[in-house]
Formats: sequence, C-alpha cells, structure tokens
Amino acid sequence: MLDILKSPIVTFQEFILLAGRATANIVRRPFYGSDVILQMDTIGVGSLPITILIGFFSGAVMALQMSRALSQYGATGQVGQITAITLVRELGPVLTALLVAGRNASGIASELGSMKVTEQIDAMRALGTDPIKKLVTPRLIATCFTLPLLTIVADFIGIIGGYLVAVPLLALTTTSQYWNNAWRSLEYNDITQGLFKPLVFAYIIALVGCLYGIRTTGGTQGVGRATTQAVVVASVWIFVCTFLITRIFVNI
Amino acid sequence: MPTHATERPCILRLQNISLAFGEGAKVLDNVSLEMRAGETKIILGAAGAGKSVMLKVALGLLKPTEGRIFLFGHDVTDYTENQWYEVRSHIGVLFQEGGLFDSLTIEENVAYPLVNRSSKKPEEVHPQVEEALRFVELGHTLEKFPSELSGGMRRRVGIARAGISDPALLLYDSPTAGLDPITANNIMSLIIQERETRNATSAIVTHRFQDGHIMANFRYNPDSKRLERIPDDSPLRQSTRFVVMRDGQIVFEGSEAELDASTDPYIAKFSMQRSAH
Ligand SMILES: Nc1ncnc2c1ncn2[C@@H]1O[C@H](COP(=O)(O)OP(=O)(O)OP(=O)(O)O)[C@@H](O)[C@H]1O
Ligand SMILES: [Mg+2]
Repeated sequence: MLDILKSPIVTFQEFILLAGRATANIVRRPFYGSDVILQMDTIGVGSLPITILIGFFSGAVMALQMSRALSQYGATGQVGQITAITLVRELGPVLTALLVAGRNASGIASELGSMKVTEQIDAMRALGTDPIKKLVTPRLIATCFTLPLLTIVADFIGIIGGYLVAVPLLALTTTSQYWNNAWRSLEYNDITQGLFKPLVFAYIIALVGCLYGIRTTGGTQGVGRATTQAVVVASVWIFVCTFLITRIFVNI
Repeated sequence: MPTHATERPCILRLQNISLAFGEGAKVLDNVSLEMRAGETKIILGAAGAGKSVMLKVALGLLKPTEGRIFLFGHDVTDYTENQWYEVRSHIGVLFQEGGLFDSLTIEENVAYPLVNRSSKKPEEVHPQVEEALRFVELGHTLEKFPSELSGGMRRRVGIARAGISDPALLLYDSPTAGLDPITANNIMSLIIQERETRNATSAIVTHRFQDGHIMANFRYNPDSKRLERIPDDSPLRQSTRFVVMRDGQIVFEGSEAELDASTDPYIAKFSMQRSAH
C-alpha cells in the first residue's frame, strides 16, 4: 500500500520543489527575455485559433442546450446570463486549459525530454547555465501570461457564439436583452474566479510539462511516455483544481 | 608506478564513490580513481558498466551516494550548484549523446562556453570560434544547425566546444562510438592533437581498444602534421593509463603492457594484442 503511494508522493514533492525554484528565478538574474517571448509566441499565439474555435462552439452549444430547459420555465430571457456565467466561471478556463495542456504540456514535455535524452540538459549544466532558469522559468512566465488572455478570448467568443444561437437562430430573446443580461449577471466574484483559475492552470501545465520532460529516461521511447503522461497528469490536475477552487469561491 | 607521475598535482580524485539510482542496485560501487596533470586515462568497459555515470559524477551532474570528489585540489563533494559552475568552467566535456543545442547554430554552440561564462559578446569570440572549428575541419559549417550535420561532424563540433575555453581537464565520452573506422581514427587524431597543443589532462571513455592503443602509442608531430609513434623510451609513454570497468567497479588499472598481460578473460577482451588473435 505504501509502495503504491510512494511514487506519486515523490513526484508531487518534485513538483513543489520545481514550482518553488522556477518561481524564485522569475526575479533572479540572468533573465532570458527572448526565450520568454518565443514561448509566448508558441503557447499564446499558437493556441489562439483553436481557442477561438472551441470558445465559439462551447458558447453556442450552451445556448442550444439551455434553450429547452429555459423555455420550460418561461425564462428564455435569461439565456445571456446562463451562458456568460458558465463560460466565465467554468467552461472558458477549463476548456482553454485542457486545450493548452494538450498542445503545450505535451510540447514542453517532448521538447525538454528530447533535450534530456540527448544530454543537452547535462551540457547546459556543464557549461554553466541553470536549466531551470533557462528552460522552465520562461515557459512558466509565458504560460502564466498567455493562458488568462486566451481564457478571456475564449469567454468573449463563447458569449458571441451563445448570442448567435440565442438571437438570430432561435430568437429566444432580443439582442440588447442578451448582452445586458450577460453583462450584468457577471459579478466581481465570477471575474476573479475566472482569472484566478487560468493562473493556477498555467502553473500546472507549464510545470507538469517541464517536470515530466526533465525526468525523462530511456531514450526516444521515454520521450513518448513523458509526453503522454504530462498531458494526462496535467488534465487530471486541472479538473481537481477547478473543483477545489470553485468550492472555495462558492463559499465566499 | 613511476615516481615522476605521482609528483604531479592531482587534477581529479574520486575516493570510494558509490552511486545508486533510487532503490536500485549500485551503478558505481566503491570506485576510486586518480588523475594527475598531463595524464591520459583510457576508460574501457562493457555497456552499462558505469563509465558515463562516473564522468557525470566527476562533473557534479550526478551526486554520489557515498564517497568524496576532489577537483583541482579542492574537496568539491558538497559544493552547491553555483559553486560547481565555477569548477566546471575548467572542465571540457564531450557527451556520449553529443549534447549540442539543437536550437543554436554550430557557431553559437561552440561559442556558448565563452559567451555564457565570460559575458563576452558573440562578435568578440568569433575569431576564436572560427579557429576552433577550422581545427576540426568544419570551418564552413558556422551557420548550420546540428541537425544538418552527420554524426561524425557533430562529434567534431562537440570536441571543438569541449576545448574552446582551454580547460585543464577534458572528458570525452565515447568520441568514436557508432562511427566508421576512418572517421573514428580521424577523431582520435584530433583528440591527440588537442592533448598535445593544450597539454590538458584527459579521460577518454571508449569501446574500441584501438582508441586506447592510438592514444598510448602515438603523438602529433606539428611539423609533418601527422601522427608518429612515440619512441619506446619516451616518458610520454607512461602518461597513458588504462582503466577497465565492470558492473560499476574498476577491475583493472595500469599501462597498456599490463593490460595486454592480464589473464582475466573480461579484461583481456579490451586488450589490442589479444583481440587481434
Ligand atoms: N538516470 C539514470 N537513472 C537510472 N539508471 C541509470 C541512469 N543513468 C544510468 N543508469 C544506469 O547506470 C548503469 C551504468 O550506465 P552508464 O551510462 O554509466 O553505462 P556506460 O558504461 O556508459 O555504458 P555505455 O558504454 O553503453 O555508454 C546502467 O545500468 C544504466 O541503466
Ligand atoms: Mg556511456
């Protein structure tokens, strides 16, 4: 029993350690600014098209699903509110994070994994560069910066998707009512929650990707294993954390 | 052991080093090794014997579970990573898997130790980098990326990078592995030139007994630009020593003649003489 628990506990310890060191490096010299920019480009700009697509359809589907339930209560006017709240609180952050996890946790793990098995990480240390500072911290900063932005984009596009279904397609409500309703329903609490979550998810995605990449052993096969594990572990933690965070915010 | 060799300063000393990964078996088991200035060590052994791990321990990349490491006269065993950076700047290393940075050009790769440690501008070190690449006959590849070069060329870039900062200790991990005999001999000849021009202390891990034989018996003649046999009475002959590893232990250490004379079947496998028959 203890043996089964041992490896996840050790991994978790390593995760916390890596998180601490990567975070501390944010304020320590030298800064690898160009690496941060490069990562922002791959993680942020690279994920933008798919985020827009997914954001749009999740909003549209929400409105479509809710149309029946709402018309049963004669509350079709509330469709804007429901779409906005579910998107900003939950769907936007979680779906965007899952997407970025699929694209970038795997990308980071395979890139760092290949560097590990070709001894580039050893070479870095041998030549006087801290791999955590050079590889992990830029990826962490870039993800923490871009994921909240991507989430905002997804939220907004999702609300537009909901609008297109609710007003032009199903005529559940009027344009002004939809937008008024959506806008006014969002409270301070929702926005904080909607922006706090992507920040936590960014930590999970960047650091799980880096951790599994850096721990890679066993040649190219190991890189494949690290990549899949990183995506699975990051996705699971995203769901666990969204539950925990929602639990906290619901109580506030 | 000849007395003059022991009087030279000790560059690297591994003292009763043991290392195990996690709960696994010991990968290094009570290994002790001493390298004196100007000495060349040929490290032989079957796959998985622990040769690469031993070099990484000497570089501080892996922490031993037991034992002490001395480099350039200091006990560096408990150094922090930051203290190790300073120590490592005096060591040149060629990794078994190459360790060239994929995302950097050949020029940037070779310049890396200089630019990174001394915060010099890439332009300032350009002549030196070009010279180092010309030395390994790759002067025309400055703008290329490692993925565009052949295996043998990448190995030579690695040799250029290892030697660029004029290190006191050079570690080559399997410089000839997976190469055809002609390329392999060219690389050994480069390493011999490197040894003679810089007068560095070097350790060479290899599977090929020929590599050790070349290192022990040849030197570079700068006038004829060719390798020539070291005369039998030259003191240089004493400076190449052979180490054979097996399952994490050092099972043999001595000169080429002693290696050839060994009766142990495992050790004899690495002897040039025996394998010829
Ligand atoms: N990071 C690691 N984690 C776990 N075990 C490792 C690790 N690195 C090496 N080993 C194990 O240590 C042993 C020695 O490995 P090492 O790489 O030193 O062999 P080697 O003598 O260099 O072999 P080769 O000639 O094939 O390069 C092997 O059994 C290997 O499986
Ligand atoms: Mg090896």
